[in-house]
Amino acid sequence: MNNSLALLGLLQRQPSYGYDLKHSYDRYFGTEKALAFGQVYATLARMARDEFILALGDETGGGPDRKQYRITEAGQERVSDWLFTPDVPSENLQSNLFAKTVIALLTDDDAARLLELQRAEHMSRMRALTKLKQGASILQVLICDHGLFHIEADLRWIDLTGARLAQLKKELQGA
Amino acid sequence: MNAQAQTAPILSARGLRHSFGSTEALRGIDVDIHPGEVLAVMGPSGSGKSTLLHCLAGVITPDAGSVTYQPGPAVGQSVTISSLNEAGRSRLRLTEFGFVFQFGQLLPELSALDNVTIPLLLNGTRRKDALQRSAELLDRLGLQDNGTKRPSELSGGQAQRVAVARALATAPKILFADEPTGSLDSLAAENVLTQMLQLVREAGTTLVMITHDPRTAAYADREILVRDGAVAAGYQVAP
Ligand SMILES: Nc1ncnc2c1ncn2[C@@H]1O[C@H](COP(=O)(O)OP(=O)(O)OP(=O)(O)O)[C@@H](O)[C@H]1O
Ligand SMILES: [Mg+2]
Repeated sequence: MNNSLALLGLLQRQPSYGYDLKHSYDRYFGTEKALAFGQVYATLARMARDEFILALGDETGGGPDRKQYRITEAGQERVSDWLFTPDVPSENLQSNLFAKTVIALLTDDDAARLLELQRAEHMSRMRALTKLKQGASILQVLICDHGLFHIEADLRWIDLTGARLAQLKKELQGA
Repeated sequence: MNAQAQTAPILSARGLRHSFGSTEALRGIDVDIHPGEVLAVMGPSGSGKSTLLHCLAGVITPDAGSVTYQPGPAVGQSVTISSLNEAGRSRLRLTEFGFVFQFGQLLPELSALDNVTIPLLLNGTRRKDALQRSAELLDRLGLQDNGTKRPSELSGGQAQRVAVARALATAPKILFADEPTGSLDSLAAENVLTQMLQLVREAGTTLVMITHDPRTAAYADREILVRDGAVAAGYQVAP
C-alpha cells in the first residue's frame, strides 16, 4: 500500500494536523503496523514541496508538527489518479515458492513436502486471521478478509501444484 | 500441545481400509478426534474424505480397521462402532450424531419447522417439546420467519441453516458435516458457518467438517489432509 497517497486521501476530508492524520491512518490502515510520526512529517513535507498540500496560516512558525495542512487541487487529482488506476496484479508473492519448488524438483528433493509445509503455514495464518475477525469491527473484518482471500489464492496454487508435481517433474527433468 | 491433546479422543480410528469394487478409497487411516474440537478434513476430490466420514459416523462399516467412540470419561462406556450391526449403528447415529450435507437433505413436502422436529420425534421427544426446541433453534439461526416455508421456498443459505438446526436438534455429541457450505456464495457460506460454529461451540459439540474451501477450514481448530486414501504426512496421529 502507498502510505503517502493514503495520507493524502485522508486529507481530502478536512484540513488536519500531522498528529491527527497519523491517528486516522493508524485507525484505518495501521492495525498491524502503526505509522511513525517521523514518517508522517517527512511525507507531509515532501507533499508540500510537490504542492499536493499547503500549510495553513504559518502563524506559529514551528516545524511540520505545528502546522495544519490542506489538500490542493493538484493533490486531489493525484488522489483521484491513484484511486482509479488499477494496480498491476502482482505475482511476486509466489515467485519464491515457485523457485523453491522448481529447485526441489530439479535436485530430486522433496517438493511435495516443501509444499505441504507451506500449506500448513498458510492454513495457520488463515486461522489466525479468522480468529481476529471474531467480534471485530466491520473495517477490521474487511482487512482480514482481504488477507484471507489472498492467502487462499496462494493455497489453491499450492494444492494445484502439488497435484501436478509428477507432470512437472517429468517436464523439468526432460528439459 | 493443548488441553485437547491430553483428554481421551471421543472418536478414534485405526487402520481404516475400505474399497468399492476395485477402488481402494481408504488405504489405512488413523485419526483421533478430541471432544469439543472442530476438525476440518481437507483433500483433493476423490481422495476418500466422504468415505472416511461415513466410516467414522457408522454410515458404512470399513473393510478393515476399527472406529471407537468414547462419549465420556467413564471406563466401559466406549463403543466399537465398526463392529456394530446396522441396527446398532443406526441407533447410535440417531442418538449421538448429527449430519449436515451439501444439499438435498430436507424433506421437500415438509415445512422448515417440521423438518427440524423429525429427528426429535424419532428419538421419542414429546411433540410439544420437539416443536419448542425446533422453534428455538430456528430462532437462533435467524429463521424465525421461515418456519412454515417448505425447502423449495427457502434460499440455499436458509435451507442450509434449517439443515444445521435439524442436525443439532437432538443435541448430538458429534456433528458430521460434508461440505456444509459448498453450494453457497462467500457471504452466505460465512453466515451459515459462523452460526453453526456458535451453536456447536456453545454446546461443546465435536464437529468433523469436510471442506474444499480453505477459508471454511480456517474456522476449525485444526485440519487433516487426506490424499489417495491416506492421511498426508504432517497430519498423522503421533505414534
Ligand atoms: N458408493 C461408491 N461406489 C463406488 N465407488 C465409490 C463410492 N463412493 C466412493 N467411491 C470411490 O471412492 C473414492 C473416494 O471417494 P470419496 O467420495 O470418499 O471422495 P471425496 O474425497 O469425498 O471426494 P469429493 O471431494 O469429490 O467429495 C473415489 O474414487 C470414489 O469414486
Ligand atoms: Mg465427498
